Amino acid sequence: MNASPQFFAPLARLLHWLMALLVIAMLFIGAGLAASVSQRHAWLIDLHKPLGIAILALVVVRLVVRFSTQQPPLPSDLPLWQVLAAKASHLMLYGLMLVLPLLGWAMISAAGDPVMLSSSVRLPALVGADAPLFAILRKAHGYLAYLLFLTVLVHLAAALFHGLIRRDGVLQSMTGTRH
Amino acid sequence: MVDHSPPPRPALSTASLLARLTAIGIVVAGVAAAFAYVNGSLDPQRLRPKTLVNALETNNGVHPGFRRNHAKGVCVAGYFESSPEARAYSRAQVFNEAKTPVVGRFALPSGNPYAPDSSVPIRSFAVQFSQANGQQWRTGMNSMPVFPVGTPEAFYQLLKAGAPDPATGKPNPASMPAFFAVHPEAAPFLAWVKTAKPSASYATETYNGINAFYLVSADGERHAVRWTVVPQSQDATGAAPADGADFLEKDLVQRLAAGPLRWQLNMTLANPGDPLDDASKPWTGDHKVLNAGALVLDSSQPQADGDCRDINFDPLILPSGIEASHDPLLAARSAAYASSYLRRASEVSPLHSAPQESKP
Repeated sequence: MNASPQFFAPLARLLHWLMALLVIAMLFIGAGLAASVSQRHAWLIDLHKPLGIAILALVVVRLVVRFSTQQPPLPSDLPLWQVLAAKASHLMLYGLMLVLPLLGWAMISAAGDPVMLSSSVRLPALVGADAPLFAILRKAHGYLAYLLFLTVLVHLAAALFHGLIRRDGVLQSMTGTRH
Repeated sequence: MVDHSPPPRPALSTASLLARLTAIGIVVAGVAAAFAYVNGSLDPQRLRPKTLVNALETNNGVHPGFRRNHAKGVCVAGYFESSPEARAYSRAQVFNEAKTPVVGRFALPSGNPYAPDSSVPIRSFAVQFSQANGQQWRTGMNSMPVFPVGTPEAFYQLLKAGAPDPATGKPNPASMPAFFAVHPEAAPFLAWVKTAKPSASYATETYNGINAFYLVSADGERHAVRWTVVPQSQDATGAAPADGADFLEKDLVQRLAAGPLRWQLNMTLANPGDPLDDASKPWTGDHKVLNAGALVLDSSQPQADGDCRDINFDPLILPSGIEASHDPLLAARSAAYASSYLRRASEVSPLHSAPQESKP
């Protein structure tokens, strides 16, 4: 049995930080376009769709990397509730990163709109045109995006708590820096 | 499996602990505040899609299941037959295939689904062209040649001028003249309204896309255009509105029973200097006009369960070969229609229980 690693695998760290950037950008783009009638609305939506599909593809790669590499263990002195909170929030982050792009794709399909990633690249419809289903999917897309944003905030606060207060190497396991 | 033992950590002084906790709080609160700004919570003055749709609901009342604007209408279907003239200008499949199926909708502009047909001189025609490659072109056209205003902000002020006064339940008669007094850009629209009469038929109207778009050719060349559909089944002009409040749909059904209705789709190419980002301004003088083809309608359905019911005629749903201009009304229409669509998509069933005839 190998000794437990101190850091996440380099590819896992790269995917984490790349997706951190994309997901946070995506949350702001989504919130911004939904609250605007200016031309921002149009160009943000043109950005939102291909970026969402990129995140969907990356999260699939990331799950493969997660299950095929060893994770550094949490510190042995971490209270049980924090261990559980960490595991639950990670599950939530993965779940929402996977579900939100699919909801976006499905809701455009349910509206009967072509799913266009650019002026000429079109994805097939994920579900048939169905207006009441669109309404459910669209609302779920919005509410779950807010849930993802809150989870990201908690994740950020916890990472800084590990780095600045506990100083237990958890933050460094993802930054890759030595303490 | 051995947990890596935590490195030795000197305890933080109370001051240092507080400082670090504060720093974490500031970072998290900063991100949350930035998000709250972007989503409009910290920017209540911003014109948002729901601001426009709420204003429509204030003016017209809430009619569940109906569009928040252009609420009274009828579904139609047919096809578009392209002609060769637009092919050199646009690579869109709709102009290059012989035939493209269409679903459309004729409507009155009001957000009140029970408005009498003679209440306004404006009629609208929305069309969805479904290309064989899965791309679509949706356009919402109106019988007026220009829009009253050029920006979403001015449109919102126009809606507010038409809002009912809480004291009387009717719009303040002074509000609309006051609005137009400070919006001289509405002059071309007002000049048109003066001469316009409520037509007796949807079939005899010309419908204008109003906003400018670009046709994009196969080699990427862009030409700015405004489009118009011109009826080929022209009646004697100046026909007076028929009796009753709901004559338009009946007239349409009767005409379609007698045979298909045809319009010619014209693409007016912009001259240098024509405004491309202001739908309140007409394009004056001589223009080159392309005959892009014939729009043929051969059937209709009531809107309560017709094929057009669940279509959001978002003017930014465009195929490759047609691009939006920088007209700010296009983005605003797209954003506000999405908000209206979400509201009514949650309320589809009430349409069936809605009265079919106009209320007084």
